[in-house]
Amino acid sequence: MNKSKWLLTPVLVWLGLFLIVPMLIVVAMSFMQRDTLGNVVFSFSWEGYKTFWDSLYIGIYWDTIVLSVSTALICLIVSYPLAYYIAGSSPRIQKWGLILITIPFWINFLIRTYAWVLLLRTQGVVNNILMHWGWIDEPLQMLYTKGAVLLGMVYNFIPFMVLPLYVAIEQIDRRLLDAASDLGASRWKAFWHITLPQSKAGIITGSVLVFVSTAGMFVVTDILGGSKSSMISNIIQSQFLGARNWPFGSALSVIFVLTSLVLIVLFNQVMKSRSDRVKEGKR
Amino acid sequence: MNKKGHPLLSIHSILLMIFIYVPIVLVMVYSFNNTRLAGDWQGFTFDWYISLLQDRNVLDALMNSLIVAVVSTVLATIIGTIAALSMRDLGKRLKAPMNGLLYMPIIIPDIIMGISLLVLFSQLHIPLGKMTIMIAHITFSVSYVYVMVSARFAGMGRQLEEASQDLGATYWETFRYVTLPQITPGIISGALIAFTLSLDDFMVSFFVAGPSSTTLPIYIFGQVKRGISPEINALCTLLILVSISLILLSQYFMNRGRGQKKRNTLPF
Repeated sequence: MNKSKWLLTPVLVWLGLFLIVPMLIVVAMSFMQRDTLGNVVFSFSWEGYKTFWDSLYIGIYWDTIVLSVSTALICLIVSYPLAYYIAGSSPRIQKWGLILITIPFWINFLIRTYAWVLLLRTQGVVNNILMHWGWIDEPLQMLYTKGAVLLGMVYNFIPFMVLPLYVAIEQIDRRLLDAASDLGASRWKAFWHITLPQSKAGIITGSVLVFVSTAGMFVVTDILGGSKSSMISNIIQSQFLGARNWPFGSALSVIFVLTSLVLIVLFNQVMKSRSDRVKEGKR
Repeated sequence: MNKKGHPLLSIHSILLMIFIYVPIVLVMVYSFNNTRLAGDWQGFTFDWYISLLQDRNVLDALMNSLIVAVVSTVLATIIGTIAALSMRDLGKRLKAPMNGLLYMPIIIPDIIMGISLLVLFSQLHIPLGKMTIMIAHITFSVSYVYVMVSARFAGMGRQLEEASQDLGATYWETFRYVTLPQITPGIISGALIAFTLSLDDFMVSFFVAGPSSTTLPIYIFGQVKRGISPEINALCTLLILVSISLILLSQYFMNRGRGQKKRNTLPF
């Protein structure tokens, strides 16, 4: 059995070298500065973090959080009924529902985002239909707006929300619901006191997944938002590939990851205290 | 759950599914539309597919994508399978942190993985190109292969391997004739997922590709930013079909010889 322990070496070396070390370098680089030529100078500096406090970047940071939280919230609201429906259906519908909701996972998000350009642009499908029916006389400007970005994000991440929710709802013991209805609880009451708190894990997983993925997605803002709206990931991207201010880009990355972690912990706490309250209320 | 779903519930579900699929179907339909302006339907044509196949840039990008996908799939599959194999015998104390490490590439946001690899390569003065894309793809694919092969191990007992060793087979003979055949479906489906992920990846590749090694998704991104073109609809349609076929194939292998019970084996 000892033989298999050294078999871990390849994966340890690989992930150490190409996952852990690079991230440590980014953290280190966030505390450095750059010289006039744009090269990174190896001397300690808070410059990257100081720049972040500029009102421009704080504004973008705040926009990113608002957009990511809205995306997660809207995804949760529209996905929950679908997950609930699939979980409560016959095995055949369950199977097909799951297949249909998983397929978009394997379609490149670039393509899924681009599809909305076809729909939203001035000569796009939506405008054509609205004009054809005579609802509007002039095409609406839908592309390159904040609404388009939000729509693109929600669209991309609905499957990320449905699957964890489905898994959580499907695992709920049906006898609890039977008991609730035997004891005279209305369907809504049973849902509020049993289904919702019991699917907490799915709500947390889905929301965190959507939040983190949204915040890191600069492509949707690029394609559907034009140059008007940007997010922290757009700034990180341009600091690394355009402006070549790597220490600042690294500092933003560190802030991004830390924010995600803090929000994950916070969210966990909020959900926990809510379900505790529900438990107490039941008694 | 409640047996009788509320009618509103099913209406909502159907509308949401339509919302999800209309844009995807639209791209596919428009790839056959006989107009460059792509406003209304102007009749059916294969022209865009034909001009796609004559486009030097597309073919170069396709070639790059395929080379990267093949090499990174092979290496990720080997490393991931070995990891799954050795994790079985690990004590509880080591197992938890190792599992954490192996799941990290799935959890870390793509943009962070992309920029950190870019920083590493530049510090080591490794020129960006196909090689750096491969390294990046192996790094995120390893975890998915690990998940798929481990899932296979989880559903299989140890009795056959123990019997084999009781009967005098060496460690390697047992591996070769008993363990490997049993986990082969898991390895194949892991490899297919690694291949799909590599073919589809944009975010990480975008940072480590360098100017001379454009992959298909990077090419699509460049074109999409410039505006609509029917060739892109055709290219997207092809990529959609290839990805979905590969994943269905992976599901088929994962479920083969395993009974019908476990259907949801996707790593999410």
